[in-house]
Amino acid sequence: MTVNLTLVLVAAVMFGCGIYLLLERSLSRVLVGVVLMGNGVNVLILQSGGAAGPAPIVSDAGGAETADPLPQALILTAIVITLGTTAFLLAMAYRSWQIDGHDDVQDDVEDAVIRRLAAADEASHGYEMDEHREEPDADEPVERGA
Amino acid sequence: MLPILAAHFLAAAVAPPLVGWFGRKVFLLLAVVPLASLTWLAAQGPAVVDGDRVEQDVPWVPSLGLEVALAMGPLQWVLALLVTGVGGLVLVYCAWYFHADEPGLTSFSGHFVAFAGAMLGLVLSADLLLLYVFWELTTVFSYLLIGHDPARRGSRAAGMQALVVTTLGGLAMLVGILLVGDAAGSFRVEDVLASPPTGGVAVTAAVLLLAGAVTKSAVVPFHFWLPGAMAAPTPVSAYLHAAAMVKAGIYLVALLSPAFADVAGWRETTLVLGTATMLVGGWRALRQVDIKLLLAYGTVSQLGFLTVVAGTGTRAAAFAALALLLAHALFKATLFLVVGIVDHTAGTRDLRALSGVGRKLPWVAVLACVAGASMAGLPPLLGFTAKESVLAALLDVAHTGDGTGVPAYLGWAVVAGVVAGSALTAAYTLRFLWGAFATKDGVEPSTVTPPGAAAVVPPAVFAALSLLLGFTGGPLTTLLDRHAASFPAGEHAPKLTLWHGVNTALLLTLLSLAVGLLAFAARALVEQVQARLTTPLSAERSYHWAVRGLDRAAVELTGRTQRGSVAIYLSVILLVIVVVPGAALVAALQDPVRWVRWDNVGQPLVAVVVVVAAVLTARARRRLKAVVLVGVAGYGTALLFLLQGAPDLALTQLLVETVTLVVFVLVLRRLPAYFTDRPLHWSRHVRAAIGLLAAVAVASFMLVTGAARTAVPVSDDFATEAVEYGGGKNIVNVTLVDIRAWDTMGELAVLVVAATGVASLIFIETRGMAIRRVREIPYPVSVRKQTTNKSRRVWLPAGRTLAPERRSIIFEVVTRLLFHAIIVLSVFLLFSGHNNPGGGFAAGLVTGLALLVRYLAGGRYELDEAAPVDAGVLIGTGLGVAALSGLAPLAFGGTVLQSAVVDLAVPLIGELHLVTSLFFDVGVYLVVVGLMLDLLRSLGSGIDRQILREERESRAAAPTGGGA
Repeated sequence: MTVNLTLVLVAAVMFGCGIYLLLERSLSRVLVGVVLMGNGVNVLILQSGGAAGPAPIVSDAGGAETADPLPQALILTAIVITLGTTAFLLAMAYRSWQIDGHDDVQDDVEDAVIRRLAAADEASHGYEMDEHREEPDADEPVERGA
Repeated sequence: MLPILAAHFLAAAVAPPLVGWFGRKVFLLLAVVPLASLTWLAAQGPAVVDGDRVEQDVPWVPSLGLEVALAMGPLQWVLALLVTGVGGLVLVYCAWYFHADEPGLTSFSGHFVAFAGAMLGLVLSADLLLLYVFWELTTVFSYLLIGHDPARRGSRAAGMQALVVTTLGGLAMLVGILLVGDAAGSFRVEDVLASPPTGGVAVTAAVLLLAGAVTKSAVVPFHFWLPGAMAAPTPVSAYLHAAAMVKAGIYLVALLSPAFADVAGWRETTLVLGTATMLVGGWRALRQVDIKLLLAYGTVSQLGFLTVVAGTGTRAAAFAALALLLAHALFKATLFLVVGIVDHTAGTRDLRALSGVGRKLPWVAVLACVAGASMAGLPPLLGFTAKESVLAALLDVAHTGDGTGVPAYLGWAVVAGVVAGSALTAAYTLRFLWGAFATKDGVEPSTVTPPGAAAVVPPAVFAALSLLLGFTGGPLTTLLDRHAASFPAGEHAPKLTLWHGVNTALLLTLLSLAVGLLAFAARALVEQVQARLTTPLSAERSYHWAVRGLDRAAVELTGRTQRGSVAIYLSVILLVIVVVPGAALVAALQDPVRWVRWDNVGQPLVAVVVVVAAVLTARARRRLKAVVLVGVAGYGTALLFLLQGAPDLALTQLLVETVTLVVFVLVLRRLPAYFTDRPLHWSRHVRAAIGLLAAVAVASFMLVTGAARTAVPVSDDFATEAVEYGGGKNIVNVTLVDIRAWDTMGELAVLVVAATGVASLIFIETRGMAIRRVREIPYPVSVRKQTTNKSRRVWLPAGRTLAPERRSIIFEVVTRLLFHAIIVLSVFLLFSGHNNPGGGFAAGLVTGLALLVRYLAGGRYELDEAAPVDAGVLIGTGLGVAALSGLAPLAFGGTVLQSAVVDLAVPLIGELHLVTSLFFDVGVYLVVVGLMLDLLRSLGSGIDRQILREERESRAAAPTGGGA
């Protein structure tokens, strides 16, 4: 198969810019990145279908080889799903702004707790719950008595 | 055998509800199951003694060669009798032991019977894999029984410790089983015994199997879990120590000794660890003041003893091991049940607080003395005859090796250890009897309430058997001989009898009893020595250090790796993608890539626009700017689609991009203008670098895959298929609704979820308020009513719903004029999509855009006027239509989602070429329109309302705020 360098360039640039945005904290910026990457993926799939050609619509006259219809069907599905995802993320960003006054993606609180435990050289809460015994060691009564 | 096994699990399943009806009396009912099993098993006795194995095979997973294979020889028969007999009588005892209002009785009843069933299954399994399944079942149920009282931390910890230790060994054992089964070509016990593995595999397998046995049987260095497990209710301890769980390890050793005894490491491990366990257990039993804990350490000691004998692997030792196992089960069951009686009637198990119990419970004391005598090895009890046979077997090994090849020093060391252990046993037996029943000077006599019959009968039965079986050495010898027959004959033929004459074994017994008596008499001195000899090193502390170390390591590792930041996780994932598959891509790039710069000259022109827009998007710091730029990139992508020969894609992309842009703006009007007010951070360079690397990886991926693609595309046949089966010329659309219709079905589901998600995020409680029509809005008082007819509609309702400064009459008029034309266009796209660009998605998006424009022009009331339906209803209907049209072909003998072509002659219109997949497309259309409506209602109308509410609130708050 022949590779179309223009489409390769476009897809790669959209990916790169999308990932740059994806690594941001602001959820709406992440969302813009997702949209950009979504388009990049679509161009990638399109390019994988081979060379450009007439639209894949069967004409009565017959004629030249058309563009590959399968990637197109896949992309069509992808476009609409991207719309659904975008809308959902947007609603999440909005909700986040409503509640917290910003739409930044927060660091996980549980992970922060574990980091504090690690810094303090302590065992996990589950360990403290189950392993740390209230009862004295099985042998201690005699040792105390003796 | 399967019925009695199944009966146990069935009883376990029905036990919990029965507790509700019968209370603690349910245990008497449940005891019927094991006792009936016992009766059946006893009836098999003559056949077993005659050497007939009772066997039963039921296919389980034929494809894996797994079957529920059960078999019963003398060893299994004795153990099964113990499991059911002790189980049944302990259940009877439970009916007395537990208070009527004991918490957790419901689950306890089920767990106990299931545990008994698992143990029975374990000893009856003729297949090592099946044995492993039951083995782990006993682990799980013992965990539940030991941790019977989850409210107590000690109970939970003890259960967890037992679980961790025995599961650890169990997993090692599983590996051993797999090695053995692989070597023998079968997991059947008889096959494994017939063709045991040899060489290095055998040694590895032996060590792994023993790991399972020693952890289960609480042998040093894993002995600590068993005393901990006495956190369980006393009936559980009695069963656990006497007949179940810990006996599983001994059973495994006894079962496999014929095949493995000569494997390097087997005898060494069992003899050394067993002797050490016997001494450690006995030594520590002497230090205990809790009589139950004293017995628990006594069990550890006895398990070590049993491990030594079972692992020796001579005919006499195998004979003696089974005798000792039987004796131990009987006396230990008695003693634990007696402890339960003393504990419940006197209110304590502390031997420093107990005094005069023997006088008040003379019969119980007699039972304890009988069992204790058996434990110490006094004639005429079973414990004595069994121990004599053990000593005889071990002396044979020490003298001549008895065919084992065990060096004399080891043989004598074992004998010495066993004699010392027996002395300790005698000493702690006396300590137990004295501690529980003696009248002590200076200790207030305990108040004792007499126990019921259900409490005394079970230990009485066991004690009676201990005594009776001491006198029936002859019949027992026949039975045990049958078991030991798998070993070659040894120096002496083993025999159970009360009188062998004066021999070394008897002298050693007398010696150990004398030392034991002395140690008890000088107990104050012994205690002083013990107190001086304590070491900081103990297996239990090591276990806790190990567990804590593991936990700390996990915390450190988690703390280092789980930074909690999504960006960091994504970066790690992306870098792995760049490095690992990326390296492979670089290597693959050396193959020649055939490439063109572009297919037509339009492509580079559009590409420049898209690339510039994408880069500017990434640099944008204002929300609106980024959204507009990403829109430009999106429209550019649509053009690229068109230039590539994909008009359907271009159309859909164009529509989606427009919708996205508007929806973004609808939300962004509420969000701050800038993404963030944080200053630029150096980390953006890192992000840019990761983005660049990923872009390079993607580009290389495209080049490599392009070069690698040589096969004929699957879509080559799509053209003919589309026309012949799909009845349409637009291949892409026929693909969506016919060839790959399942994909579309899944996509519809995703859209429904997304739409529902958006609505629930904005409306929190319900999907929108009821739709409000303009005619339902009350007129302001100052306005004179224009009409009396409710149904009459106003052409431009915004006059009553929007503030004048927010209106644009021209926009409203143009919108109203164009609206119907756009709707007609969308319906045209829907119907023509099968042969020309269009289809359900595009049509739905066009309808959605029409609604969007109505909303933008006239506000949320205008939207409700244009589409007075609930979005949820539309989406549901759409999904229903799509599903029904997919299922409909089944009614005509077709397959799901199959299309049929119908040509109808319709008057006026002419020939109508109808393809049934159109209905599917209508479903798609409805779902997309529903999604659009949901977006507009949530992100448009919903946010409108929130803005209005906030304005009202701030207006209401302003005057008071200013006055204060």
